[in-house]
Amino acid sequence: MVIVIGIAGVVAVLVSMLAMAVGFTKTVQGAGRADRVIVLRGGSGAELSSFLDRDAVTTIKDAPGIKHDAAGRPIASAEISVMVSLPKKGETTAANVALRGVGPQEFVLRPETKIIAGRTFQPALRELIVGRAAHDQFRGLDIGSHVDIRGTEWTVVGVFENGGDTHESELVADVETVQAAYRRDGFQSATVLIETPDSFNTLKDALTTNPTLSVDVLREPEYYAQQSKQLGKLLFFVSYVVGGIMAVGALFGALNTMYAAVSARGLEIATLRAIGFGATPVVISVLVEALALAAAGGFIGAGLAWVMFDGNVVSTLGGNFTQVVFALTVTPGLLLTGIIWACMVGILGGLFPAVRVARLPVAVALQAQ
Amino acid sequence: MKYLPLVWAGLWRKRLRTIFTLLSIVVAFLLFGMLQGVNSAFSNATANADLGRLVVSSKFAFTIALPVSYAERIKAVPGVTGVADQQWFGGYYQDQKNQVVSYAVHADSYLKLFPEFQIPKDQVEALLHTRTGAIVGVRLAKKYNWKIGDQIPLSSAIWIKKSDRTSNWTFDLVGIFDDPENNWRANTMLFNYDYFDEARSIGNGTVGWFIVGIDDPKKASKIGADIDALFVNSPNETHTQTEKEFGQAFLKQMGDINFIVGAIIGAVFFTLLFLTGNTMMQSVRERIPELAVLKTLGFSDDGIAALVIAESSVLCLTAAAIGLILASAIFPFLKDVLVISGLPAQVVAEGFAIAAGVAFVTALPPAFRARRLSIVDALAQR
Repeated sequence: MVIVIGIAGVVAVLVSMLAMAVGFTKTVQGAGRADRVIVLRGGSGAELSSFLDRDAVTTIKDAPGIKHDAAGRPIASAEISVMVSLPKKGETTAANVALRGVGPQEFVLRPETKIIAGRTFQPALRELIVGRAAHDQFRGLDIGSHVDIRGTEWTVVGVFENGGDTHESELVADVETVQAAYRRDGFQSATVLIETPDSFNTLKDALTTNPTLSVDVLREPEYYAQQSKQLGKLLFFVSYVVGGIMAVGALFGALNTMYAAVSARGLEIATLRAIGFGATPVVISVLVEALALAAAGGFIGAGLAWVMFDGNVVSTLGGNFTQVVFALTVTPGLLLTGIIWACMVGILGGLFPAVRVARLPVAVALQAQ
Repeated sequence: MKYLPLVWAGLWRKRLRTIFTLLSIVVAFLLFGMLQGVNSAFSNATANADLGRLVVSSKFAFTIALPVSYAERIKAVPGVTGVADQQWFGGYYQDQKNQVVSYAVHADSYLKLFPEFQIPKDQVEALLHTRTGAIVGVRLAKKYNWKIGDQIPLSSAIWIKKSDRTSNWTFDLVGIFDDPENNWRANTMLFNYDYFDEARSIGNGTVGWFIVGIDDPKKASKIGADIDALFVNSPNETHTQTEKEFGQAFLKQMGDINFIVGAIIGAVFFTLLFLTGNTMMQSVRERIPELAVLKTLGFSDDGIAALVIAESSVLCLTAAAIGLILASAIFPFLKDVLVISGLPAQVVAEGFAIAAGVAFVTALPPAFRARRLSIVDALAQR
């Protein structure tokens, strides 16, 4: 019983913490598509600190390798990402939510973005659409409600989803209108669709060798992997450290219980050996017992983590100082990791008591009773 | 005290079991010390904040700049003793991974508002008179082996120079400061706003936020409201909060660290409670005849119960002490990441309180059982 509960606790904590790490990484990296490329100012690292002026954007849109739509226009969106302070539901302090200004080809560029309620925004009007995750996490984003942005009133006209990537934590509006509200001229990034994934090098060469530009050209998956690397790594690290320390604690508990179990049954075990069972079967039987208990604990713990936390939505600060909303994701791989850890604790916890009882001379064991 | 050997003998009766139980409690408290310590480091990050200082930032987001000219108008607000400004530089040294926390400031007003900076007078003078001058914290200087007189090339993730359209800046290191109370601050770099503002290509004439010194912390909210009222309906509305609120609002956005830590510690202690409880039960069960002998010798019912509770207390408190000592031994290694470099006394106190609680709760059922023991039945092993 102690083994089961102890190990269940360890596994539950480990799995739910890893689920957080996995969920965050998946959300941020999910935004990337191999045939989309993001262009940032050289050395800026993230959209927040990037800046592209209008001339640069025009040059980028004319570059080779970019896919064109039926009307012959390059499929590209020059964007700015600014912050809006909104309170989370049930809290009073405001958090930074990203408001992304996008170009007219947003829905061609990001076909995964789908309006699920209401309609899309109209350019030149102060209208915006909100991602589903942002809508669920922050207050005052229902369709028809008004958002105060730099002293002007904007109307929420629609909710979109895109399969749960980081853009779902954002608000989206027309780029020119956002620029006007924030009195900014120029953009922060340009996202373009390329003809084939192989056109990337053509585009990159054209842009990086252009003397009038100083830009970084990144495939989206690379960009988003870079964005999530640090926090993702930290989360994984903390999960394993905490899980590891807890596992050591549970190991001592398991040892205790197994020692108690074998010493209570000293007579039976000695009898078994007296009637001809060798040391090996005795060791194995004790090990199997510990393993079975540990595995049961592992299943319970993993199950608990899955039932309680899978899909649980939390949010944190992402790479642009704005909130990224993500869901804890318990994958089968994580469940397996948890159960493997449980079994390891079980084996170690059973091994020492098993060896001890097997090495005790039969006569001594029988006499002791 | 005279019963201590008896308690000791009771614990040492099954040596291995006691050691294992002890170790698993040690582990629980090690985890408690580390997590709770990190947690309080986060909440204490703002404890150093001075109550006599306010932060004035844009109402819309702290990344939106404010005109530098606001300083004069803020200064005129009654109760304001000084105004300084700060502009985030987003610097990195050689590689983007080596981020340097760096700000452009008006050094004279800034250092007046932050008496915590320990820096020789002549180095401050040098900074004021060297246009391209910069001062860095001791920890930062040590990290990159910078010395006074060095020219430091620093790249900015944000600011491009007008002159050559690159983001490569150079500063002359003229001073090194320290702030023993605050490791984070000793990891920062400050340089002259005038040089920076003239050279940058965009955002000229603006600053990130203002820091305002006030004469009476009790009037903070009144003065804050007065400042915000100055700029209401202007294109750059402001939001004034105390330094502490400013920091807390920022940390809060990291997510609910408190909740996550609390949940983990809860799981750990639940498991622990179970384990220790089980051990105590077992140990009492085994010793029923012995306890009966003690009763025969004249120990009262309450005395026996107290004995059991004492045993569990010794076990838990010893383990808690070891666990917390280990945790505090680990803490110095984290000082580069955290603002504080030791385990806060408050966490230690909490730890011992919890240990006492665990000891009591787990010892209660077996103590009750030992108390009710009837001598005759127990001796007959019924």
